[in-house]
Amino acid sequence: MTLVLTRKLLWAIVTLIVASVVVFLALEIVPGDPAQVMLGINATDEAVEALRRSLGLNRPPLERYLSWISGMIVGDFGKSYTYSVPVWELFIDRVTVSLPLALLSLFISAAIAIPVGVYAAARRGSAADTGIMAISQLGIAVPNFWLALLLVYVMAIWLQLVPAGGFPGWEAGVLNGLQSLLLPAIALGLPQAAILSRVTRSALLETLGEDYIRTARAKGLSRRATLWKHALRNSMIPVVTIIGLQFAYLLAGTIIIENVFYLPGLGRLVFQAISLRDLIVVESIVMILVATIIIINLLVDLAYFWIDPRLRRRGAR
Amino acid sequence: MTPDLAPPAQHFWSRALANRSFFVGFIITAVVVMMAAVSYVWTPFDVTELNIAGKLKAPSTLHWFGTDHFGRDIFSMIMVGARNSIAVALVAVIIGIGIGVPVGCWAAARGGFLDEALMRGNDIIFAFPALLSAVMITAVFGPGAINAIIAIGIFNIPVFARLARGAALALWTREFILAARVAGKGRALITAEHIVPNMANLIIVQGTVAFALGIIQEAGLAYVGLGTQPPFPSWGKMLNEAQTMMSFAPHMAIVPGLAIVITVLGLNLLGDGLRDVLDPHLSRERT
Repeated sequence: MTLVLTRKLLWAIVTLIVASVVVFLALEIVPGDPAQVMLGINATDEAVEALRRSLGLNRPPLERYLSWISGMIVGDFGKSYTYSVPVWELFIDRVTVSLPLALLSLFISAAIAIPVGVYAAARRGSAADTGIMAISQLGIAVPNFWLALLLVYVMAIWLQLVPAGGFPGWEAGVLNGLQSLLLPAIALGLPQAAILSRVTRSALLETLGEDYIRTARAKGLSRRATLWKHALRNSMIPVVTIIGLQFAYLLAGTIIIENVFYLPGLGRLVFQAISLRDLIVVESIVMILVATIIIINLLVDLAYFWIDPRLRRRGAR
Repeated sequence: MTPDLAPPAQHFWSRALANRSFFVGFIITAVVVMMAAVSYVWTPFDVTELNIAGKLKAPSTLHWFGTDHFGRDIFSMIMVGARNSIAVALVAVIIGIGIGVPVGCWAAARGGFLDEALMRGNDIIFAFPALLSAVMITAVFGPGAINAIIAIGIFNIPVFARLARGAALALWTREFILAARVAGKGRALITAEHIVPNMANLIIVQGTVAFALGIIQEAGLAYVGLGTQPPFPSWGKMLNEAQTMMSFAPHMAIVPGLAIVITVLGLNLLGDGLRDVLDPHLSRERT
């Protein structure tokens, strides 16, 4: 098993390194001079050159890449051109909005989808199953940012139950913060719940057809006990895979939703950085998100070993 | 048993049209495609014509879906916007199939280190959701429909590569492939003559799913300003413009959103139906 884990870890590190090269090179070929863009067309050549020097833009690309990547490893992501503060500080400031939003929407998605998927599988072919499948089919087709607009219209403008947007900051209290994140999290989480409920249903149905389930029933175990004790855990691999993929998607998806609700998260930071051509911010935030996705994929792989003991034995051999 | 002597195409259509998912999905998709095609020659109103006096009108017999904040006819904009959604999503699917399927087939045919390397390359691309690719591409080249196509297309490549590799690996163990190898055919020829035609159904089904996802992704990119740029109408851009008008002109947000939902639903139903019709074995496993 250790060999499999080491191999997976090494591949994740290689993937991270290649991804960092891709991100660096992609933003390296940007047309125009960032220093010129920042200072405007009326800037003197001397001023532009001075800024280029202070930003390190006149160093060779390889040197800049190595300094960027070695800085990232120790938490130094460079300094924002426009905010004049370390990117790490900006990241910490904004991730306290984006991460809770992604986690809350993942929680909403799983809390709805898993019970609904189990219920539909347990009553396969019933009217409830058909209804759940039809609703989930519709849910998959709904773009989260449109659902967000509708939620704003109904819950904030019409019923005036929650604020339409903005974020008061965690210092205004956890409840106030969560209240501001609730609508965005529902908008992000519901379409994902539609996908996850279908995956849960089909994974569980496949497990329920296995011989050991029949044996458990033949032993006299109740339907409910068979479902919860034997079938559910064994059908968790595809469910965990999708949850892992969804978390990565939700983290990136916050970029759009933050724009609907005017939330000061990573997404809005990236868009502001693009318009201001603050490339170090764009490249660092994209790299952090990509690294998070690679790490989540690795954790999902490792979770398989925890869920399925057969994989542990196979890996140990 | 009487052998089925109907030509394959006729046989397909008779089975397909009897499938409820396929039928509904096909009708919806056909209507959207026709709407987009007709918009090249006719729209009820000119989508570039501004009419400030007639702005923000609710749906009526004159303007079926109402007008926007510039007085433009929303129905006409939906028609023209359909072109954009279809074109971006379709080209992105073609990129995904065009690069992903050969890569997947190549990996399966060669095996060993090349297979491992190609699949790990896939993992790297997979770490870049379309939105992040679009952010990077936009940071470099600026926003636009072409960049949206590239971002969604890149996202599609590993999806099709994994699918093609899995299907090809299974096919390489079959007797008829062994027979072709015994006959002296090379890997490339076997892939072109036997492997690809035998996985075509799977690719078509995944193609409709990726097409549907591409419509949502395109709308998302246009919504945040990374996709199609004004004055060309796009469903995502229409939603963006509707955001600040929600309290007094909700139809501006409801109509483009419904257009996206109905189109995606139609494509998903079409994909489900195609899977049932083209691969009954897979369909049985799924349910």
